[in-house]
This record gives sequence, C-alpha cells and structure tokens, in this order.
Amino acid sequence: METLEFRFASHPAGPAADPALCGVVGSGNLEILIRAGDDPAACQLSIKTSARGFGDTWRAVLGDFAAAHAAGGTTVAINDMGATPAVVTLRLAQALAEYQGGAQ
Amino acid sequence: MNAPLANRKSWFEATARARIGGLLDAGSFVEFLQPAASQPSPHLAQLDLPGAFDDGVVVGCGRLEKMPIFVIAQEGQFIGGSVGEIHGAKIVGTLRRAVEEKPAAVLFLIDSGGVRLHEANAGLIAISEIMRAVLDARAAGVPVVALVGGSCGAFGGMGIVAKLCSGIVISEEGRLALSGPEVIETVMGVEEFDAKDRALVWRVTGGKHRYLMGDCALLVDDDLAAFRSGAAEFLTGWREAGPSLAALRSSQQALENRLAAYATYRDGLDVWAALGVAQPDSVPLLDSDRLVALKKGLPT
Repeated sequence: METLEFRFASHPAGPAADPALCGVVGSGNLEILIRAGDDPAACQLSIKTSARGFGDTWRAVLGDFAAAHAAGGTTVAINDMGATPAVVTLRLAQALAEYQGGAQ
Repeated sequence: MNAPLANRKSWFEATARARIGGLLDAGSFVEFLQPAASQPSPHLAQLDLPGAFDDGVVVGCGRLEKMPIFVIAQEGQFIGGSVGEIHGAKIVGTLRRAVEEKPAAVLFLIDSGGVRLHEANAGLIAISEIMRAVLDARAAGVPVVALVGGSCGAFGGMGIVAKLCSGIVISEEGRLALSGPEVIETVMGVEEFDAKDRALVWRVTGGKHRYLMGDCALLVDDDLAAFRSGAAEFLTGWREAGPSLAALRSSQQALENRLAAYATYRDGLDVWAALGVAQPDSVPLLDSDRLVALKKGLPT
C-alpha cells in the first residue's frame, strides 16, 4: 500500500451535502469520501492505494480534476484497489456531483 | 410477479448502498455510524492493504412499507463481503440495538464468503458474536430476515448465520452453503467437486436448489423491487415463536432424514428427481414463478 497526499488550488465548490461517499473498494475500483475542508480555494486529497509507484499518475489525474471542476473547500479521502485513471476521473466527478447535492 | 427484464434493477450487480436504496421506502434510510464517522480496519492497515471507510458493511434504520425496520447490508465487492472485527462489531451492535428498540424486523442483506482471513481470530469471534446476536434478537421477538442474492452468496460462517435467521429470501443467482466450492475442491480433490463447473455449483448451492429443498422461505427474481416485496411478504403474518425443544428435535429429525435420503447423490439433478420433479433437466431454465409453482406441486 502507498499513501499519497496532494493539495491543489481550485475554485470554491457550491453548497454542500457533507459528507458524500461514492464507489466501492473493489478490484479495479475505488471509494471517495468528500468532506468540507478549511481552505475554500484549495482541494486537499489523501489517497491510500494498493498499487505502488503511481504517484505521478495520481498527481496528473487529480490536478486535472481540481483544474476542471470547482472543488475548492473540500477534503477528499480515497481508498483505491487499482482503479485506472479513467475510473478515478469518473468517480471523482460523480462524488463531487453528490457532494454538491446533485443526482444519485 | 415477473417484471419485464428491461424494468428490473439487478440485486446481484447492485452495491450494498444501492440495494438499501431499492429495498426501503424512498428516503427513509438513516445510517448508523456513517463512513465519515467510522474507521477502516486496523488489521488491514497492518498488512499494508487499503481498507474501506465502512469496513464493507452498511447498517442503519428505515422503513419497509411503513414498518420501522433495521437493515444490515454487506458489500460483496470489498474483500468478498468478509467479516472482520469492525465489520462484525457494526452488525452485532445493530442487532443488540434491535433487542432494545424492537423494530418490526431486521433485514440482513448477506453477501459474504464468511470470515475475513486477514483478521483471523478477530473475524472468527465476530462471526460467533453475530450468531448469538441473531438468536438474541429473535428471542426478543424481532424477526431477522436474510436476503441472499449477491455475487458472494452466503458461505462459511455467514452461511450458518443465514440459517439462524427467521427465514431466507433468495434469488436464483444467490447461493447458500457452508464450505465454498473452491474450498471443497482444494480439500477433497476435483473428483469430489469441480468448482470450475459453474452450472454444477449452482445446481448444488444455488437459489433454486435451496428453495426446492425447503431451505429458503421465498424465491424471488434478481430485482431490487422483487426483494423488497419478498421481504414484506415474508414479514406479513410472521411472528417469532420462542425457542422450543420440540421444534429443534423436529428440525434435527428432518436433517437426518435428508442425509439418509440424499447423502449419496452427486448433483442437484439427482436430488430433484428424487424429490419428484418429472423433468429435472428443465429446472435451471425455469423462471422463478414457474419454479415456485413446480415446488407447490411436489409430493411432500
């Protein structure tokens, strides 16, 4: 297992249904828990992943997410069981939509 | 009660949380010990494995057709729905709370291979505590209904727990047994049981076989709505009878009779023929309504 921590600047997220949980820690899948954070202009992420050595990939995928979405003011905790970058991107968008009170 | 396939929402494919969403009255679920308030398994962390916030089980309360109920839902996708220390403690805590608060029922959505081997003794103890807690809830007059239709079925210790419940609602996709197929093959050899023969596995452990044998109260379609109406149907008119020696003796006798009648058979097909099914080969192709009708017509 590898533990990774990231912090990205991001526009503030909208009104929140705190906390929001999305996904399952199954093979090739991950779960994402979004809670309110301290800094409205930043997204703080911590990841526990079963796949070692993919720090650069995580940084790229999560950086794209923070740039593309208004995810500021959130703390994101991720438990990962080898999800691909595409699945991570999809789940992040899904989790943020739920956090903002969006569709199921 | 067969909904068209396009309108079904598969129980087998749904996550634990999605199953709860489809099972209870809309918007009625309130989770005990939410993921943000819980902690992942310390044992898995010691083994350098990622845990899940809810440790693979969702517990809470809600309503089923307006009846107040408690619900326990195992997540089969997380390490096979296996029972670890925190996972087990959440289940036991919910059952003990049911003894105090007396909901109309506890719905137990089982999807598990049994003990989480990573947690060894903690998992074994958790299973034994769950068994006791199920019996305590029933002794307090609270029915515990097992719903089995997930990809992991109900095996190992959770197979025993399922049989300790008031009744079992199962789908064709559901499986129920003690030792899993791979375990039997590993211990006894492939000549004894070929775990790769999926059709054989289902003919011996699957929902249709369990229903024909009288191990399960209801057989339903692989559909969230079907499990919902099945659970409600089971609870209608059900009252927990207190523990009785006579009832235990009679079920022991039934098990001995069953062993004497079927112990030498190798396949569900042989058992169904002995039960009086005219065309055993047709059983795997029947839909649930037809199978229920077939069982009604069998000699008792």
